Amino acid sequence: MEEEREVELQVEEDSEAGRETEIPPPQLAEPGTQGIIRGRDLFGYVGIEAVLDQMRRKTMKAGFEFNIMVVGQSGLGKSTLVNTLFKSKVSRKSCTPSYEEKISRTVHLKSVSHIIEEKGVKMRLTVIDTPGFGDQINNENCWDPIVKYINEQYEKYLTEELHITRKRRIPDTRVHCCVYFLPATGHRLRPIDVEFMKRLGKIVSIVPVIAKADTLTMDERLDFKQRIRQDLQASGIRVYPQKEYDEDVEDRIRNDKIRENIPFAVVGTDKEHQVNGNKVLGRKTKWGIIEVENVAHCEFANLRDLLVRSHLQDLKDVTHYIHYETYRVRRLNESNASVSGLSALPLENGITEKYEAQSQL
Amino acid sequence: WRLPPPDKNARPLSLSGHVGFDSLPDQLVNKSTSQGFCFNILCIGETGIGKSTLMDTLFNTNFENFESSHFEPRVKLRAQTYDLQESNVRLKLTIVNTVGFGDQMNKQESYQHVVDYIDTQFESYLQEELKIKRSLHNYHDSRIHACLYFIAPSGHSLKSLDLVTMKKLDSKVNIIPVIAKADTISKSELHKFKIKIMSELVSNGVQIYQFPTDDETVSKINTAMNGHLPFAVVGSTEEVKIGNKMVKARQYPWGVVQVENENHCDFVKLREMLICVNMEDLREQTHTRHYELYRRCKLEEMGFRDTDPESKPVSLQETYEAKRQEFLQELQRREEEMRQTFVQRVKEKEAELKEAERELQGKFEQLKRLHMEEKSKLDEKRKSLEDEMSSFSKKKAAAELLQGQAFTANSNLKKDKDRKK
Repeated sequence: MEEEREVELQVEEDSEAGRETEIPPPQLAEPGTQGIIRGRDLFGYVGIEAVLDQMRRKTMKAGFEFNIMVVGQSGLGKSTLVNTLFKSKVSRKSCTPSYEEKISRTVHLKSVSHIIEEKGVKMRLTVIDTPGFGDQINNENCWDPIVKYINEQYEKYLTEELHITRKRRIPDTRVHCCVYFLPATGHRLRPIDVEFMKRLGKIVSIVPVIAKADTLTMDERLDFKQRIRQDLQASGIRVYPQKEYDEDVEDRIRNDKIRENIPFAVVGTDKEHQVNGNKVLGRKTKWGIIEVENVAHCEFANLRDLLVRSHLQDLKDVTHYIHYETYRVRRLNESNASVSGLSALPLENGITEKYEAQSQL
Repeated sequence: WRLPPPDKNARPLSLSGHVGFDSLPDQLVNKSTSQGFCFNILCIGETGIGKSTLMDTLFNTNFENFESSHFEPRVKLRAQTYDLQESNVRLKLTIVNTVGFGDQMNKQESYQHVVDYIDTQFESYLQEELKIKRSLHNYHDSRIHACLYFIAPSGHSLKSLDLVTMKKLDSKVNIIPVIAKADTISKSELHKFKIKIMSELVSNGVQIYQFPTDDETVSKINTAMNGHLPFAVVGSTEEVKIGNKMVKARQYPWGVVQVENENHCDFVKLREMLICVNMEDLREQTHTRHYELYRRCKLEEMGFRDTDPESKPVSLQETYEAKRQEFLQELQRREEEMRQTFVQRVKEKEAELKEAERELQGKFEQLKRLHMEEKSKLDEKRKSLEDEMSSFSKKKAAAELLQGQAFTANSNLKKDKDRKK
């Protein structure tokens, strides 16, 4: 005798026109999770490997950008080192400035750009100098202008990337590498070193070097380096190449070798001398000539190989895919949280949510 | 990786020795090699025109091919991804084929499905790019880099379906038109056919992909090839012995059409252009031109602007935040609405249920009353029955007593009589 009555909540049905396009979902290229990808053997030559040449051609035509920042107290030989690295007068050395010019009140950054070319490869090299760092009596927060500068470059890039109409090639002024000069005291890291590297290691790739290393004997050098490495580890400072970003076993092996050797003990010069009938770059002293490019004398060649010959592209990639992305995530989350008082947790995918929701509304 | 802009405020500097950054292109290429390359081709053409065969021939392998029926109610797209390797280069190739294109009676909607597919791939990329936590580095790019449009070898002119479709696609993808099954056209007819096709494309404003001529290394060959468009191709995976070699060919009673013979067809040219010379350019154009156009249109459609009415640059994020506020409020309102509707419905239902309950209760009570009445009636009857029974038993007892008395009186009399004798 009971009558059944049902309440029907009317669900609005998606009124899509039932288009049956089979769309494979974009798949993240993680090995082993591809699903519908099949391998196929080629029965003969196709020409796929020609794509490498095509890529090479295009990049050579477009040229490269590299932005390197040098940080350290005055007189440590930063400008000389940069000039030696790039074999040209990239930075103007500030030799014995007058007393008034010498100590500036704050750290102000100077960036100078040059275009250099080698064997058809064009590079726009920007060197960012930081005079005044660590020179004051009270050096607290001397890293602030530097952190600000680095973040400003990220901001510039982000803004351009978010434009509706954006440039075909976004100008890249982000700092790819920060070379930090440690004075060759032979002891340990100083508080300013630790503070600086701690903060900056999170936003940029730091390459620490021991400057004016010709004041250390080989043994002193080894001990000093070991102590520095210990200090770095103890303070949780991550310098380039960071362990977490090793992509595969080969990378790890290669980078481990580098990690065992940092910080590189360097000597810089732009003067040439005759040694055994060859012209070499070196510093002439009463007790001998220190050959800069001789690996038995100092590790300049190792530094140059790391920065320029083998890891330049990697430095740029780490900056772009890791440091910049970290900045971007932080920045976008900040804006979200500040505007919506509603959600305590920022939405994971801000704009995508809007897309999805819009299509359902 | 983004390419840098041409420079305005940097001085050229000469190097006094070998620095070593000439290895940069190699560094970049090595990284790309270890990651692998992605290339996605879309083949549009009627059923049976030879799309799958051409792909097999182009890439010298055997992809999974299904023969489609001619009775598909709608145009569908079927995408398959393959992992190919040549020396140390890994290529993730995705081939997208149209299924049922040109088979329907009414072809008005045919191009729409293709356009939708292409847009969907752009959309996925855009969504990934706009995510907060994104992984573009590892993203499997599914955007179409090259679209091979297969023209039927009629020898006359383009079909209207061809023109309409290509017009809709030319701003979304790099179109490379090819004349399929070119072994059915003679050389002179082919020449006229090509000219007719190109002039029709030009007069209808269809922009097909032009091989780039800005790089001196390849400008000569590209310019020459641009003059041979559309390529007349023949595909075959079967091999025929010519001289002492086995070549890919199609054997007829009147001769053998060799696929890789440039006198017979333009297959070699297509392979040169598509793979060996311009693959990277196709990918670049897709990303920097077609995708950017899609992105711009999509964002503008959603109301984002680069400058607000007072012409101050407003960041995308700020506009987005404003819209998000709007959206969240709208969402709240809808939620409220739904909640109220729900509450309403619940109330109604409750009322109904109560009504039903009341009715039931009423019925129950009625029944109960009936029962009570019946019961009391029965009780009465029982009582009267019992009364009858008791009065009957009384009568019976009295009758028995009387009978007993009569009997003893009789027996006394009998005794008396006996004694008297």
